[in-house]
Amino acid sequence: MHRKTIVQTTINGEAVEFLCEPRQSLLECLRDILDMTGSKEGCNDGNCGACTVMLDDRIVPACLVLGVEVDGKSVVTIEGIASGGELHPIQQCFLEDASLQCGVCTPGFIVAAKALLDRDPDPSEPEIRLWLANNLCRCTGYDKIIRGVQDAAAQMRQARDADLEETKS
Amino acid sequence: MHWVDYERPTSVQDAAALLGKHGDSARCLAGGTDLLVQMRAGRVPATTIIDVKEIPELNQLSYSDAGGLTIGAAVPCYRIYRDLTAMKRYPGVNDVVSLIGGTQIQGRATLGGNLCNAAPSGDAIPMMIAHGVTAKIADADGVSERPVEEICIAPGKTVLEPGELLVSLHFPTPPSHFGARYLRFIPRNEMDIAVAGAGVAVTLDGDTFATARIALASVAPTPLFVKEAGDALAGLPVNDESIQKASELAKAAAKPIDDMRGTARYRSHLCEVLTRRALNDAVRRARGEEVE
Amino acid sequence: MNASGYEPNMVLANKEYNVVGTRPVRHDGVDKVTGRALYGADIQLAGLLQGAVLRSPHAHARIKSVDVSAAAKANGVMAVVTATNFGPSGDKIVDVGEGPTPLAYVRGNVLAKDKVLYRGHPVAAVAAASLHLAQEALKLIKVDYEPLPATLTAPDAMRQDAPVLHDDLRTQELGEATDRGGNLAAHFRHEKGDVEKGFSDADVIVESELDTSTVHQGYIEPQTATALWNNDGRVQVWCSTQGAFPTRDTTSKVLGVPVSQVKVTPMEIGGGFGGKIPVYLEPVAALLSKKSGRPVKIVMSRQDVFEATGPTPGSHIKVKIGAKNDGTLVAAKADLAFEAGAYPGAMVAPAAMCVFAAYDIDNVVIDGYDVVVNKPSTAAYRAPGATNAAFATETVVDELAGKLGMDPIDLRLKNAAKEGTRRADGPKFRRIGCVEVLEAMQNHPHYEAPLEGPNRGRGVAIGFWFNVGLESSASISVNSDGTVNLVEGSTDIGGTRTSIAMQAAEVLGLKAEQVQPTVADTDSVGYTDVTGGSRTTFCTGYAAHNAAHDVLRQMKERAALLWETEPDKVTFEDGTFASDNGKRRSIGFRRLASKLGETGGPIVGRATVKPRGVGGSFAGNIVDVEVDPETGKTTILRFTAFQDAGKAIHPSYVEGQMQGGSVQGIGWALNEEYFMSPEGEMKNSTLLDYRMPTALDLPMIDTCIIEVANPGHPFGVRGVGEANIVPPPAAVANAIHAAAGVRMKRLPMSPPSVMEAIWAK
Repeated sequence: MHRKTIVQTTINGEAVEFLCEPRQSLLECLRDILDMTGSKEGCNDGNCGACTVMLDDRIVPACLVLGVEVDGKSVVTIEGIASGGELHPIQQCFLEDASLQCGVCTPGFIVAAKALLDRDPDPSEPEIRLWLANNLCRCTGYDKIIRGVQDAAAQMRQARDADLEETKS
Repeated sequence: MHWVDYERPTSVQDAAALLGKHGDSARCLAGGTDLLVQMRAGRVPATTIIDVKEIPELNQLSYSDAGGLTIGAAVPCYRIYRDLTAMKRYPGVNDVVSLIGGTQIQGRATLGGNLCNAAPSGDAIPMMIAHGVTAKIADADGVSERPVEEICIAPGKTVLEPGELLVSLHFPTPPSHFGARYLRFIPRNEMDIAVAGAGVAVTLDGDTFATARIALASVAPTPLFVKEAGDALAGLPVNDESIQKASELAKAAAKPIDDMRGTARYRSHLCEVLTRRALNDAVRRARGEEVE
Repeated sequence: MNASGYEPNMVLANKEYNVVGTRPVRHDGVDKVTGRALYGADIQLAGLLQGAVLRSPHAHARIKSVDVSAAAKANGVMAVVTATNFGPSGDKIVDVGEGPTPLAYVRGNVLAKDKVLYRGHPVAAVAAASLHLAQEALKLIKVDYEPLPATLTAPDAMRQDAPVLHDDLRTQELGEATDRGGNLAAHFRHEKGDVEKGFSDADVIVESELDTSTVHQGYIEPQTATALWNNDGRVQVWCSTQGAFPTRDTTSKVLGVPVSQVKVTPMEIGGGFGGKIPVYLEPVAALLSKKSGRPVKIVMSRQDVFEATGPTPGSHIKVKIGAKNDGTLVAAKADLAFEAGAYPGAMVAPAAMCVFAAYDIDNVVIDGYDVVVNKPSTAAYRAPGATNAAFATETVVDELAGKLGMDPIDLRLKNAAKEGTRRADGPKFRRIGCVEVLEAMQNHPHYEAPLEGPNRGRGVAIGFWFNVGLESSASISVNSDGTVNLVEGSTDIGGTRTSIAMQAAEVLGLKAEQVQPTVADTDSVGYTDVTGGSRTTFCTGYAAHNAAHDVLRQMKERAALLWETEPDKVTFEDGTFASDNGKRRSIGFRRLASKLGETGGPIVGRATVKPRGVGGSFAGNIVDVEVDPETGKTTILRFTAFQDAGKAIHPSYVEGQMQGGSVQGIGWALNEEYFMSPEGEMKNSTLLDYRMPTALDLPMIDTCIIEVANPGHPFGVRGVGEANIVPPPAAVANAIHAAAGVRMKRLPMSPPSVMEAIWAK
């Protein structure tokens, strides 16, 4: 008789517990068990990036992670990017720069871009493009996405420099 | 997908025991970037998944001048290229771990998985052959080591027997004036499977080639160690003529097929181009230059 | 609306507007950047079952029997359906948006009955408690196929000995029915002048024979539909669609239930580009729901999307153009043979409309062939057919420019279509911006920028799309705080709910944020056609504009009531109603809105439109490439997209359309194609091997919006969604020629193909 497995994990900073079958991907668990539909399925084989989440310290395709694997680990999804009522600068810049058209690739891009800017506050355009090459967009041609990430990086650097100034004084 | 059971052993012995018990109906899971895709497509009938990521020896990533570089079979690419020591001493490794798939895939994919998946196009394999890497394999009775070029025996098939587990990959300490390079050809700039790939490593003695190893991807049923092409360089001066000779030998050894990723003629042609370019880059690295 | 105060063929400065032409944040933006927006697959309903579809492994086969008994008894399975659940189609003819077609064909593509015509053709479907259980149950369905030989290209399918897909298909020849069977569904012709004489007068003639591969729209969100066949007989559908009303109409016909019994709620949509106009899953989910008594959700896998939705036709095209030494084009001939896929209806007619549309040529003949082949039934892909045609025309024009020693843009300017030019397919152009686009290209810094280095070259091309109008409805309710709610029926794929709201805001003197747009279901708004054909900002915007005027009319009545005067004495300007009947009275929109209760009750403005004044759009590209002569790989160094938008309501989203279409065109040019085995199996049905451009494959896409106002729209709008995909493959081909000296005759111009061409040089 097949039994489900209990998974205890942290999602967007909150302790979460759920039951799943080993064959269910993390993406399925997020969407179908936890009602977190922000991560999208575009291909189910790691090639489109629409299901991008953070797993511990790194972005991964949630479709290529089994739900049972995240027991004891930490997951961050698009639902955890905004902080309370405040949008993250990447989200805000995407809105202002029109970095989305249909929006279905947007959650994946935002999670991926945040992972980049958290490690590298001042990436060059080629570095941004390389980092985001695993995220497909069919609507925008990427131009405004790259600009959105660049603008967010600039904003975040400014805010950080302002914070540093404040700390000094 | 059909039902699968999931095991997560925490030691090599436990993993080997599970593999012995389930035989061909079990598969090891590291990053899952090949295994899960194949299982969902119905190409792998395994009913037990053995997650090896909790086994300490498979997560090793260590370097010493004496011992060389050890990469556990379950170490994902991103951990390798974040390891600055590994990157500095082994730029050829960096070539590969930063080009498999894309950023998210590199968050999961492993060199061990790339080897065990035994695809003719596996990018890590020619690179490891060129570096003279040995694979540490464990079973219930103990461990053994085999050169990477002996591991893949047919598309999708390795020498691993039921009950055997790939533990780690060992890169010898690079001698002085050593340079390695992996180059592949893909139609886009990222994400694609290699149409052809060349992994080369050279050791220079002044302006002469001391040793060289050349291996190719996607031009034979398994990644191809072209021993004669590397051996031909030994003793030759470092110049275009020698490199061309080795590249032609590599091309001659290739047995590519026509498929949707390229024709045989095109792949043969690329063998010469990529080997030549890779050798030039390897020489520059052997001379202390940084090559992107 | 009139268009006074401008001279023919000059770029218009256009009025300055308050809202139109600005860049507000889109109304649905916050939901889309936080993952809250609900797309088709996101819907959750109590008791929801998951469906899975069994598809043919054969490209062509007779279905001898289908045995679902084992599947029906499998663990967790609640329903199994096949084509037998539709009931008989007989000879019934229906119109599902592309002209009359046999109901049997429409149903046949949803669930195959006697034959399967492409690998991936649906044969049966199950609904079960989970997707995994449904997929496992599919393996238990036994289908007895009799495989038949397959035919895969238009030239092959038109041969005498080709396998025949439809025994009842009869060729339509030049508009007349014939009794000829086979795979040629239709042959039509457009003629203008005397092409034989034209060619005999020409000093230089260039002809070319080219092929384009099947390519897919590549939307990131797969098709999905959820249906509940309720106990009262009403069928509710939630789906990813480009048009809730057309989906409702088609679904009702396929199911054989009255239109009033079907309600379609369009979810947010993750891309369409024409591929989400046909109906695939809705009737299947509905049948499963009817059988199981539960709602059923079906989501396509990526493989299903490639193998069983509607890619754009592969084509075989011949173009011949003759010119005088001074560059005047005197004759043009085109033969366009398009693969329709399994059912007739390839988009070859639009290709014929666009193939020479940019040029004023006296003598033209265009022959179009709609040919069925054993591939998935094709659908529209952004300016369908025009990209294929432009690949041929624009590379021939490029070759002519070379032979004539003329600048490629000068040659095009010399022959450019203008207001009054008559196309070979009949219509005369109204006000269009072909000349303006070409001049903008010539004057742009990119055109003169130095391009240094070996293996580099620059190419240009232009293209046209006629755009459509069709039908839209809108209603606007006034809120007591002076904001308004706008209800419209155009699914929002690229920001249109905002560009539509902006047009209403402009009329009402409000800010964009003060108009709250909603995309409504088929019960809640008047009939509205698809989001496609570059019509949405144009037509639904027009409806919103008119509904806003209806609101103003009613508001003026209320002001008149308050001021005891006549409504025609009330003016509205800068957000204020005023009247000067001896005493000057005025009241702002918001204040008046707060007084509706005491002046007669709520105000709802409404409008329905079917505008005739559609304005076509011209687009152009300048592209710089580098070709690696040792690998044949082409790198795009610099790309500038030009397009006549008439009036860019929201310039950021107009730029976005231009950039997106350009990049789809680049993918089409360089690497996208269906690799088919001789047996008709698609070998690359994954996003790994169907190679769409990634962020690393491209530079920034610079844009230049030209505005030649369309007199047929209150703000001058021309739809921009499509024309931008028309020129890129030709522009890239011309650049490859400049860089590597080879004329590519086939799309895609992938590295192996370019390498072969270089070797053959």
